[in-house]
Amino acid sequence: MDERLSEILSSFQGKQEELIPILQRIQAEFGYLPSEALLKVAEFVNIPEAHVYGVASFYEQFRLKPVGKNVCKICKSAICQMHGASRLLEEAKKHLRIEEGNTSPDLKWTLETTECMGMCAVAPCVVVNGRVFGKVTPQKLIQLLGAKEGES
Amino acid sequence: MELREFEMLRLRAMHEWQEMHLKPFVTVGTATCARSVGALETLDAVKDFIARHGLDCGVFEVGCMGLCYAEPIMGVSVPGAPTVFYGKVGVEEACEILEQHLLRGKPVAEYALGTVGEGSVDGIQNLFESQFFRKQVRRVLSRCGFVEPTNLSHYIATGGYEGLLKALSMEPTQIIEELKKSGLRGRGGAGFPTGLKWELARKAVGDEKYIVCNGAEGDIGAFMDRLIMESDPYSVIEGMTIAGLAVGAKRGYIYIRAEYELAFHILERAVSIATQHGLLGKDILGTGLQFEIELFKAAGMYICGEETALMNSMEGRRGIPRLRPPFPTQSGFKGMPTVVNNVKTLANVPLILHNGASWFSSIGTEKSKGTTVLSLSGCIERYGVVEVPMGITLREVIYEIGGGIADGKKLKAVQTGGPLGGIIPEWMIDIALDYETMRDAGSPLGSGGIIAFDDHACMVDVARAFSEFAKKESCGYCIPCRLGTAQIFQILDEIAKGQGKEGDLDLLISIGEAMKVSCFCAFGQNVPNIVLATIKHFQSEYEEHIRNGRCTVS
Repeated sequence: MDERLSEILSSFQGKQEELIPILQRIQAEFGYLPSEALLKVAEFVNIPEAHVYGVASFYEQFRLKPVGKNVCKICKSAICQMHGASRLLEEAKKHLRIEEGNTSPDLKWTLETTECMGMCAVAPCVVVNGRVFGKVTPQKLIQLLGAKEGES
Repeated sequence: MELREFEMLRLRAMHEWQEMHLKPFVTVGTATCARSVGALETLDAVKDFIARHGLDCGVFEVGCMGLCYAEPIMGVSVPGAPTVFYGKVGVEEACEILEQHLLRGKPVAEYALGTVGEGSVDGIQNLFESQFFRKQVRRVLSRCGFVEPTNLSHYIATGGYEGLLKALSMEPTQIIEELKKSGLRGRGGAGFPTGLKWELARKAVGDEKYIVCNGAEGDIGAFMDRLIMESDPYSVIEGMTIAGLAVGAKRGYIYIRAEYELAFHILERAVSIATQHGLLGKDILGTGLQFEIELFKAAGMYICGEETALMNSMEGRRGIPRLRPPFPTQSGFKGMPTVVNNVKTLANVPLILHNGASWFSSIGTEKSKGTTVLSLSGCIERYGVVEVPMGITLREVIYEIGGGIADGKKLKAVQTGGPLGGIIPEWMIDIALDYETMRDAGSPLGSGGIIAFDDHACMVDVARAFSEFAKKESCGYCIPCRLGTAQIFQILDEIAKGQGKEGDLDLLISIGEAMKVSCFCAFGQNVPNIVLATIKHFQSEYEEHIRNGRCTVS
């Protein structure tokens, strides 16, 4: 990990305003923010570790735990709920056998919910591995989860 | 002022635009909404069809024209005839339409939304005369869905960069004067006069000054900023450049929410192309003036749409709001004078410079000039993004443009202005959409999100969903908001589950009122609005939940 981390850090200057972009790059590389990495970042940017942790834990995007190979995000906004998002969440929990916000023990799937994604016109919306799907029915969701499972 | 360098760009753009129309071409809208319902598959089918038949036919990926209800949308253009736009075009429909229209010269009325351009096609209406478009005034959205978003020639051929050209011939104070005269006000929700904001930043003292485009769109039910960034990125870039000239800023940032990946990539590409062509950089079009743009990808959190929280996050801090004053125009990003403008505000700027302040203010109301871009969602038949004159009634938007309520149901209430907005009950549907009227009605226009609820929507559930959002998105900095949002959600959750108690409504009202006067920023002060409005307008529904433990609506 040290090598990959050093490589990422070497593309930055170590200014505090780079903190969020640095954390984003690390998460893109490792899928989450390992605590050793946060320590290294604090040293690199020359700010207290608590500040780095404070930022990492504040923003929705950052994860402090390892993430599954596949990530399913279900939008929970008022509009998506009107169009059946709660049902989708229940189906996903049942199908993947994990609770919202968790990762399966075999690290295959992470199930998350998200606030409004601005996809209200095609509610309910679901994001699987970064790809946005609109007008998702429970059947379609199971199909999406199943297809990815087959691939892995 | 005629700049040789720009003249070359314009000539090339006009040439490309004309060439494009000399042979048949097909457009497919591939903005995020369209992609989510299969537009990329449609695009592949189109390319495949053209290759298979060896046709000399262009294929263009365009943005979104706002008819989200009809995605994926495909346009077919044959020289000498108007372009026909088709809706709900999946792979099969695409092949069928191309077979008929391209190969046999017979447009397919069955799937057609309308025609655009000179001439008519039997059995197909003109798109702009259709119900959805008739009452719209498309200014900011004029290119969306009709041009390739990152194609600079498409932008320039359709009037792009004329505003900057005009601005380059003016003194910065004249640009600001023009903006002030136009009456343009911030489209992010606060409605602060844009010209005045620029003037304050211009007069402020600072080694550096910054222009920040706020693309952190996070309101529930708002997706028009994404549409503009994905469909017409240069309009935002041009607006920022003009702002930079006016304010004396050499650097701009576009702050984009993390989830808007496509918007990020499109803007990134457009910034790089504009820079290559001397429209951004250290020497804009050889004038010696400097303005550069960097993109900043946000990391989530609704509160970062608030300008001071946004700047904290750009500085590598937790996105919590700052105490004001000092206002960002005095002390903003890195303590320097900073103008933060919404995407829609900036997209209006080039048009004002190009067409003049009086053109801009020729529509709208006395205090709210110009158009407003709205996103329609919820139970509306024709949902999507529309641009209408300020002062149009909510009834016209929902029933005429939006086609009424889906599935023949009845309208119950409309939510406007996102989580910090309010609720308009059905009987107030003739209200005029402008800053003042909406604010006085307790349901601000905000960023322009319009969510319709039909008579099967349980307003307790609606309030509960919004309060769950508030609880999750409270930044936790001030105690009234951190605790208030959590308590409101807990009480509403119990009421929704049939476990409400007598006195709950009084408690909700008193927590809400306390938050309004004691929270640190506009988020905490305004999130109780929706809960309070639903109690005010739909009290019997709450009482039914509390007394009988069930909901008879949904």
